[in-house]
Amino acid sequence: MSDKASPQVLIAGNPNCGKSTLFNALSGGSAHVGNYPGVTVDRTSASLRIGSEKIELVDVPGMYSLTASSPEEQLAVNALTEGNTRAVICVVDATTLERGLYLPLQLIESGVPVVVALNMMDAAEQIGLRVDTERLSELFAAPVIPVVATKRRGLDALLEALEKQLEASSDVSTPRISYPVELEADVAAIEPVIARWRPETAASQHRVFALWCLLSLGEDSLRGVPDDVRQAVASIHEAAVARGRNIDLEIIASRYAWLDAAVSETCSVQDPRPSRSERIDRVLTHPIAGLLIFAVVMFGIFEALFAGAEPFIGAIETATAFMQTQAAAILPPGVLQDLVVEGIIAGVGNVIVFAPQILMLFLFIGFLEDSGYLARVAFVIDRVMKKVGLHGKAFVPLLSGFACAVPAVMATRTIERRRDRLVTMLALPLMSCSARLPIYILVVGTVFAGQSLGWFSAGAVALFSMYTLSVLVTLAAAAVIRRTVLPGPAPTFVLEMPPYRWPSARILWINAWRRLRIFLVDAGTIILAMTILLWALLSFPKSAEITERYAAERERIEQTATSESSKTEALQALDGQEAGDQLAHSLGGRFGHAIEPALRPIGFDWQIGVGIIGAFAAREVFISTLGVVFGIGEADEENKPLRQALRDARHADGSPVMTPLSGVSLMVFFLLACQCMSTIAVVKRESGSWKWPLFLFTYMTVLAYLASLAVYQGGQLLGYG
Amino acid sequence: MKPSLVDLPLGQHAKIVSIDCERRLSRRLMEMGLLPGTRVRLVRVAPFGDPVELRVRNYSLSLRRAEAAKIAVRPEGEA
Repeated sequence: MSDKASPQVLIAGNPNCGKSTLFNALSGGSAHVGNYPGVTVDRTSASLRIGSEKIELVDVPGMYSLTASSPEEQLAVNALTEGNTRAVICVVDATTLERGLYLPLQLIESGVPVVVALNMMDAAEQIGLRVDTERLSELFAAPVIPVVATKRRGLDALLEALEKQLEASSDVSTPRISYPVELEADVAAIEPVIARWRPETAASQHRVFALWCLLSLGEDSLRGVPDDVRQAVASIHEAAVARGRNIDLEIIASRYAWLDAAVSETCSVQDPRPSRSERIDRVLTHPIAGLLIFAVVMFGIFEALFAGAEPFIGAIETATAFMQTQAAAILPPGVLQDLVVEGIIAGVGNVIVFAPQILMLFLFIGFLEDSGYLARVAFVIDRVMKKVGLHGKAFVPLLSGFACAVPAVMATRTIERRRDRLVTMLALPLMSCSARLPIYILVVGTVFAGQSLGWFSAGAVALFSMYTLSVLVTLAAAAVIRRTVLPGPAPTFVLEMPPYRWPSARILWINAWRRLRIFLVDAGTIILAMTILLWALLSFPKSAEITERYAAERERIEQTATSESSKTEALQALDGQEAGDQLAHSLGGRFGHAIEPALRPIGFDWQIGVGIIGAFAAREVFISTLGVVFGIGEADEENKPLRQALRDARHADGSPVMTPLSGVSLMVFFLLACQCMSTIAVVKRESGSWKWPLFLFTYMTVLAYLASLAVYQGGQLLGYG
Repeated sequence: MKPSLVDLPLGQHAKIVSIDCERRLSRRLMEMGLLPGTRVRLVRVAPFGDPVELRVRNYSLSLRRAEAAKIAVRPEGEA
């Protein structure tokens, strides 16, 4: 992890306590986002000078206690027990002291130097809360500093207290909590075992560690503990349970009893009138008004991702095309030009084109999260999500999947538990994203033009069916993955509903920008590499024979053409045909031929096969690849010659390739197949290994093939096509 | 049968008597301040009937019905 030389100061706290806001305020927004080794929880850190010392400030994942019950909390616990942790700033939301002080109490008890930052003091004062921080500091044997992180109030006092804690001797006094007599006896029995294991630590630490072991028994966090210690703890725990004692309760209740006394001594009673949040909630979680507002907010996000991002995406695409023309003009024709134009510039364009949607989605999610509404979204929709084994917080990522799976996969990080996050991430690429639409339009325009089903146009029915199918398949896939690949208890739903607060625009922007940077660096490199690889696959080997043949043909046209315009036209047509022939000769083209026997049963031929291979770059590339395959040159989904070429395409036996049935089969294939390397790249980034993107690609491809097979073969049996 | 959190009428204050769910969850709830003797109140039910929201120690917590049903309570005003 980090090098031993730089001492760490951690910022810890409950979720929603304003921990990250304080981190940003202290670090001035200049954070380094890395990864904890082996897992994909962001490790946000910044270097900071405290007095004469240079320290690394680390923002650890939110947690309620040191008893880790999820891998994320485990990381926070690990960070706290690491050797180079010098002090902890524990952030507490001043409006929820009665619970919020549990974590700092536990930290102080463990002997690590702590500074308690009582955050959101302004909000606390508004509800009439007065806190005697001096007395609280005495009781906690640690400085308690009132701050307002969003307004940067109290930061100097906080840093001053931190500097003192860093200078203080390692032997810090801790509040002594009185535990029941039986528990003290248990602890006394475990202490010697721990003392043998860690003779170098202070005696008070052995006691704290004994308590922590008793409470964490059975959790992963005890894995690093030697067997003899674990056995000693387990046998004492068993004996206690046998006598009807509840050790968890004894420990936790004693701490809360101490806390309750401290709070009642130092804090005034809060205003009992319903708070502002309470009044807002009466509307926002109302059975009718609440659902209506929910629908409007979700639609707003959807609209922004779909339509709002469109001009920006268009501008990026235009800029990419412009760069390509420029490069083509500067560089001499040949492999280098192709590599730069179709490999590198196209690849960079493929990465940047996601930026508008990622920024927008993360600004939205940041707003929902920081304002407190995201917890209400989960609250309102959890009932529906639970049915397929998903968490209520999976809703926003799933919905975003309609626009684009890439930002949607990134959005799963609002879901706390890794298992729940993975299930969501592996199911949502089945949502019919906006890149599938051009393909539906091409197919519908080719095979259903002018046809109708009853009152409706056949194309509209086909489109509607695709979207409905995508929702059903996504939910079904989530349910199946939850039961088979990632079995485990259904996600528990213990979710704090934070008070509503107005988010800070600066923090929203910092966070969205940080997410975008991670995407550009981590997923971007993979996307760029795959674009170049795909370009090579569809460009090489080049056939000298084809080049010569077309050169001769050009010669012939040059000499025989009757007019200048007919010559240009003939030459352009020739360029298109040559590109098509070269593509057919390339590795990708040959691969398309090779898999034709597998494509026939689902109604496709080798040309569509090549299109599918090209479409791995991004689904919409299917259309431009088909344009090349059919020797038309550049084409979009409204391109008439391409539609005509598709209608004219024939199998070897003379039957048409594109029938309504094979059209439906093609749409179903594109709906279900993972024809998107960017999704693969972002799932790799967010899951932390190649295992999950490979699984995703495999299961979606198999599913797509089987579904298309069922459609085509079933349809033929029923007499269609 | 002891009444549980979900049996409470909305807004009725009560004291927790016991938490009888699996250890990991009960420990989490206890660490979040839900202990025997702690005052709670059911604040609202989600539009689709589940989960429920409760108010405890000056903060709001939502739980699924199934879990809330394992928290036994004694309504205030009863002996």
